[in-house]
Order: sequence, then C-alpha cells, then structure tokens
Amino acid sequence: MSKDNQVLEEFTSKEYEHGWTTDLESDSAPKGLSEDTVRFISAKKNEPEWLLEWRLKAYRHWTTMKEPQWPNVTYPTINYQDIIYYSAPKQKVQPKNLSEVDPELIKTFEKLGISLTEQKRLTGVAVDAVIDSVSVATTFKDKLGELGIIFCSFSEAVKEHPELVKKYLGSVVPPNDNYFAALNSAVFSDGSFCYIPKGVRCPMELSTYFRINAANTGQFERTLIVAEDASYVSYLEGCTAPMRDENQLHAAVVELYAMKDAEIKYSTVQNWYPGNKEGKGGIYNFVTKRGLCAGDHSKISWTQVETGSAITWKYPSCILKGDYSNGEFYSVAVTNNYQQADTGSKMIHIGKHTRSRIVSKGISAGKSQNSYRGQVHILKRAENARNFSQCDSLLMGDQCGAHTFPYIDVENKSAHVEHEATTSKIGEDQIFYCLQRGIDEEAAVALIVNGYAKEVLKQLPMEFAVEAQKLLALTLEGSVG
Amino acid sequence: MSTATEKQSLSTSLIASIDLAQFSFANEQRTKAFEAFKTIGLPEPKNEEYKFTPVTRSLSKHFSASELSKPTDANESVKSLLNPEFSENRVVFVNGMYSKTLSTITSDSKVTVQSLNEALASNPSLLFDQLNTTDPFALLNSTLWSDGLYINVPKNIEEQKPLFIHHLHDASSEKVSAHTKLFITVGESASLQIIEKTDTQGNQPVFNTISEDIIVGENGAVNYCKIQNDAGQLIQVANTTIHQHRASRADTYTLTLNGQLIRNNLNIIIDGEGCESHFYGLYLSDGDTLVDNHTTVDHKKPNSFSNELYKGLMDGKSKGVFNGKIYVRPHAQKTNAFQSNRNLLLSDDATVNTKPQLEIWADDVKCSHGCTTGQLDEEALFYLQSRGIPKATAKAMLLYAFAAEVMETIKNEQLKNYIDSIVSERLHKSY
Repeated sequence: MSKDNQVLEEFTSKEYEHGWTTDLESDSAPKGLSEDTVRFISAKKNEPEWLLEWRLKAYRHWTTMKEPQWPNVTYPTINYQDIIYYSAPKQKVQPKNLSEVDPELIKTFEKLGISLTEQKRLTGVAVDAVIDSVSVATTFKDKLGELGIIFCSFSEAVKEHPELVKKYLGSVVPPNDNYFAALNSAVFSDGSFCYIPKGVRCPMELSTYFRINAANTGQFERTLIVAEDASYVSYLEGCTAPMRDENQLHAAVVELYAMKDAEIKYSTVQNWYPGNKEGKGGIYNFVTKRGLCAGDHSKISWTQVETGSAITWKYPSCILKGDYSNGEFYSVAVTNNYQQADTGSKMIHIGKHTRSRIVSKGISAGKSQNSYRGQVHILKRAENARNFSQCDSLLMGDQCGAHTFPYIDVENKSAHVEHEATTSKIGEDQIFYCLQRGIDEEAAVALIVNGYAKEVLKQLPMEFAVEAQKLLALTLEGSVG
Repeated sequence: MSTATEKQSLSTSLIASIDLAQFSFANEQRTKAFEAFKTIGLPEPKNEEYKFTPVTRSLSKHFSASELSKPTDANESVKSLLNPEFSENRVVFVNGMYSKTLSTITSDSKVTVQSLNEALASNPSLLFDQLNTTDPFALLNSTLWSDGLYINVPKNIEEQKPLFIHHLHDASSEKVSAHTKLFITVGESASLQIIEKTDTQGNQPVFNTISEDIIVGENGAVNYCKIQNDAGQLIQVANTTIHQHRASRADTYTLTLNGQLIRNNLNIIIDGEGCESHFYGLYLSDGDTLVDNHTTVDHKKPNSFSNELYKGLMDGKSKGVFNGKIYVRPHAQKTNAFQSNRNLLLSDDATVNTKPQLEIWADDVKCSHGCTTGQLDEEALFYLQSRGIPKATAKAMLLYAFAAEVMETIKNEQLKNYIDSIVSERLHKSY
C-alpha cells in the first residue's frame, strides 16, 4: 500500500504542463447574457438576419430551461451573467497568409508544439486554428478546394455558403435539445465547418486546435461536418488550455451528418486545465456531440481520449437512421485529483440492420469521480439491430470512485444487445505474473494500463496517436513511479 | 397535459383523503411516514426510479383517492385460492388483514409468529420500522398499513420448516386497496425460510403494497422466496429490505409469472464482514402487463460477496424493467459483487428497459455486470426441429431451459417442484 501512496503522490504532484497565457488584446462583449449580447455577437460577426433570428429563438428557449441536475457531478452554481460571451483576438486586417498573422498567435502555437508552418510542411494536416472564438488562420484550403471540400471557420461558412449552413445547422442537435446546446446556439462565437462532396475521400486528416485563452471567457464552439454520399473524412479535435484559477465554462456543440455510404471519423484528445491539486480552477466542459447516420450504410465513429477538465459532461452519440448504418464509440477517460467526469455514449437505433459498438475505459485516481453514462435504444422498427457495449473502470487509490449508468431499452425482439462492465484495480495476479517474468512492478503497471487502454488508442489516427500516448504517458508517469 | 394534472391531483387528493385517526396503533410512526410521503407524493412520470413504470398513471385510471386510502372488507370465500401444497405452516392475509381462521402456524415454539397489531399491543416499543426507506410506496405503506406480521427467530434456532405467507385479495365485488407490513428478525446463528405468494379473486382492480424489513443477525441465514402469479387486476409495489449483519447469508428468489403491474424493490444492505448474498429473479410477462424489478445491494463493509441473476421472458405487449444497483462504499475493500440480467423478447410488441448500475468507491474490489437482450437462438431451434421435435415444443423446451438456470438454484425440493410445475404449465400453455 505504501508503494501505491508514493506512486500516487508523484502522480498527483504533476502540474499542468501547458499552463501559460499569451497577452492578446481582446475585443470582448460586456459581461452577462441578454438578447442584446446575442445581437452584439451577431452584429460583430456581420451575420445575416436569419441567423440572428435563429440565435434569438434559441436564447428565448434557453431562458425557459433549467440547468440539468442529473449528471453525477457537483460544482458551484454557474452565474451565467458573470461570463463574457464574446472575445476576439484583435486584428486590423484579415490575414492572407501566415506571415500576416499576429506573431503572438504563431508563438502560442509554437509553444504548444503545433507550429502551423511546420505542420503544413511536415504532416500534411490542414489546421483550422481557433484562438478565443475566432478562426485566425486556415491552411491547406486551396488544396482541399480542388477536391471541392469546404473546410473553413464557421463565420466564413456563414458568409460564403449560407445555404449549406442554413440547411444543416441544428439538423442534428436542435437549438432546444438541451440546456447547454440552447446556450451554445444563442451565443456560439465560431467554430469549424466542413463539407465533403459526393464520392470524395478527404486525403488528409482535418484538424482544429482549440485553445481557451482570455480569462473569464466561455467558449462556445460550433462544429458542423456534412459528408455527402459515399464520402469519407477523418476529423481531429485537440484541446489544451492555459492554467487558470477561475472556472471556465465551455459548452460546445458538434454536429455530424453522414449521408448514404458516407463515413465520418471524429477523434478528440482533450487536455484542458483540470484544476490544481486541491480541485481549484479548471474547465467545465459541457459538450453536446451528436452524429446522424442519415443515409443507408453510413458510418460514424467517435474516439476520445479525455484527460483534462475539472468537470466533463459529454455524450457523443449516434443516431442510426439509415438502414445498415454503423455507429462506434471508443473512449479513454482519465480523472485525477478532484476531477469529475460523466461521460459515455448514446446509440439510437432507428434503421434496420444497424450496428453499434461502445468501448469505454475509465481510469480514476486521486479523489476523482469517473462515471460512464450511456444509452442503447433499439426502436421498434430497427430490425436485426446489434449492439455491443463494454465499459471497464480501473481504480487507482481508495478515495476515487467509478460509476456506471447504462440504459438499455429494447423494443424489437430481433435485436441483439450485449452489455458488460467490470470494475477492478490492477490485479495482484497480473502484477505477480509480470514480476515472475522479470518485469519490475512499475513497468508492469505501465504495461497493464497501456494494454487496458490500447483498444481505444489504436482507433486514433496516426497524427493523434502520438499526442494521445504522450498525454496518457504523462498521466501514467506518476502512477508508475 | 391533462393527464399530468390528473396524476398531480391524485397525489394531492390522496394526501387530502388520508385520515390517520382511523388507525388505533403505531400512530407515531404513521405520522412520521405520512409527513415524509407528503413531501414527495406519488411518483410523477419524470421520476427516475419510476420512469418506465407508470404506477401513478395506472392508479389514477382505476382508483379514486378515497378508494386508495380506505381499507376494504372481505369474505371468507377467498379460501378457495389457498394452495394445498403449502397448508402445513401458513399465515394468511385477506385484503391486508391477518386471518386467524385460515392461518395454521406450526413453527418451532420458540419462534414468534404473530400479527403485527397483536405484537404491538403487547409490546408497544417494538422497533418495527428501523430501516429507513425513501420509496414513496414504502412510505405510503407505513402510513396506511392495516395489519402485518411479526416474526422473531431467537438465537441459535434453525427453523427448518418454511413459513408460507399468503396474501389473498377478494376483489369479486369491490376494488381493493390493501397494505401489509412484515417485520422479521432472525437472531444470531438462527435461520428462517419464507415463501410468500399473492392471489386475487375477482376482476376488480387491486392496489397492494407490501413492505418487508428483514434483519439477519450475525452468522444467521434467511431464505426468502416471493411468488407472484396473480390472475387478478393487481397493481403491486413490494418493498423488501434485508439488513445483513456479520457473516450472515441471504438467498432471495423473486418469481413473477402474472400480475397487471408489478414493481419489486429489493434492497440488500451488507452491514458486516464475511456476508454472502445471492438473489435470483425470474419474470415471465405476457399480455399488457409490466414487471419491474429494482434491486440494490449496498456493500457497506469489506470482505463480502454478492451475486445476482435476473432473467426475463417478455411476450405479447408486455414490458420488462430491470434496474440493478451495486454500491461499494469507501473502505468496503475486497468486495466481490456480480450481477447478470438476461432477457428474451418473444414478440414484436414486447419491450425491455434495463439499467444495470455500478457505483464503486473502493479500489480493491471485483465487480462486474453483464446484460443481454435477444431472442431465441434460431440455430438451437432448428437443431431440435431437425431431431423431429415440433417447433412449439422445441420453443417451450428452450424457454424452459432459459428459466431453469434460475429455478435450479432453489434448494427446497418441495418449493422447487412447485415452481417447476407452474413455470412448465405456463410455458406449455403459451407455446
């Protein structure tokens, strides 16, 4: 037990590595939320009338809603009037290429190790970098443009492809879907828009770097990905955030729309500031992510590695509407110190012969609470639907908790639904086996935990796997001693 | 929205129609329970615990508030419902009242078996409601109970003879609202076997709540079997709480074959080291009935073991609901807790809602749950047919085999044979 304690001490003494802020002059909205704030944001972004109306409708609906109480997390009440809903980094002119971009911003990315120029040259990843709500630079646009792929910031999409945005915005996550989705719909500042035309296989991984920068700024991102018939796209989302004392609210919405034979792969590595050792500060991450398999034989796959945030509240879901459509969810969620995570997935089977798979691996350490909450719903007309869910929890230390809340609702007799969950610590017999083979205890723990998460990690695209492994290694470093 | 207001009004009018003055005993406890009930009322449709089980809606469909809050008289003709198999050591309740004439108690003379009213009359300080519960129907039961049973097995007495508790309802002429309370204490190194069954005569709706508190002392054992095969229009909510002390053992069986709307809350509290708890359930539903089993096992102390197996067959337009909670509290190290829930859907209109739930706050534990939903294995069916067995028989055989996994865990031979016969009869009648 003393070894465990020592291990945990080292583990918990790890400070957040990416903790720094850059000084960018903000052009912010005044604190607080009202119809005027919504109008301010909309005006600031030169939005068309219909979008302002859409926002206002969402705002009015939001005022009638109550903050959900059911997640297994506790946090002080959020004062929604004490948040700045819009802040944009100041720029005099729209940059045409990277050399025109504020050098401070470029430095920000360099500190994070994702220099845009480097990435452009070496990795072939097009990056839509988001700093504090406004997209500053978008790369590889021309290259993607040749294939007819649209990959741009949300505000740009509103200007240049209003018909597409109008058609698909809110089609998967309606503005009145839930409390935070409604809030996001009212005040979303920017985000990414991606459109893959019929039959196109996107040749590169599309990636967005989110960063939360100015103090007291809620981030309300909106991502919309539409994949036309028989197209394919792999999208990466990664997050790091500077150290902060005050809690920051992040309520993003991600909508995926897959038509016939289309496939969307969405991967996330999330490493936002989780608060310090005493549980002070950290980011509140209340995200609505949902994918619609609208066409037959379509596929949506979510992969997430969650290591950050003080509170995570996130359920990437798939609505399997098309016949033979396929949904997948792979997740590793690590919580430490006073972190709280309530995460999982929803698979709604509507079409015939739909299949889904959920693999969730939770690791809790310190005084953290890690919950899996999921739903598998087989509707009456979803014949021959198939689901397999597995959610495992690993506990490190005797003051953390692991919780599982799976809902399984089956209305069709031909459905085949399986769910299994286990909770355990690293088995003494497993350690013993390793020791017996000459592997020391530290290496054995590392080996076992790596193996434990491998099923999920191997789902990540190459570009991301490196960062995910780095993140997990960082988290594991302490625990291995 | 009109239905929502109806439900709301039933809860409010029920509270208004309850007059505690009609009861002459245990008024202190009743008042306390009633105050608690007033604050929560009947469960509304959004209530997480009653999300899939619309007890309140069913009640408002069949009962008015005053029909729910008043006890119903009965006549002795219900005795035709008594099972000859279990005539030896039997306690009978008719519409919630203890029937002295129909009961024949042949338990060991050291074992106390008496009506709860009598027990309270001779010992007013009897602590019969020490196990707290927050379920609205348990509170309603504590407010409205008309009679009950007190069983006490003293230290070192191993009672071999099972006690059969039969709840009869006479719904031939009027609606029945019956509420029974059982309080059972099993002393140190003592043991007890209980079989409980509900039956209804007539077609009027019956609302029945049963609340059972069972306390098992150190090294004691309880074997408890609940048979629900009621042909009447029964809406039943049963709350069973078993409190286990050190090194005790509990075996629980919940077998539901019939009943309009059945909700069982089984709570097991493991409050000592070295306890063992096994609980099994089998539910066969048909028509437009609903069976809901909510189980909770709360591991408060280390080094204990719990094992749960619930299996269900849903046919017709019936609904099966299962919620199994396992709590492992901080410091309840070395706990092993296993849970399994398997369901077969036999028709296009049957549904199942299941929610296995683990909440773990200790690290050195082994806990798992598994749950499956599917239909009969076509290949197994084909295999039997290829051996010349007609499809209907083959289906009944496979369903019987599915159910047998639960039935064969019953140790009492007589009980096992009885269960076997009613399950076989049911399966062969339907298929």
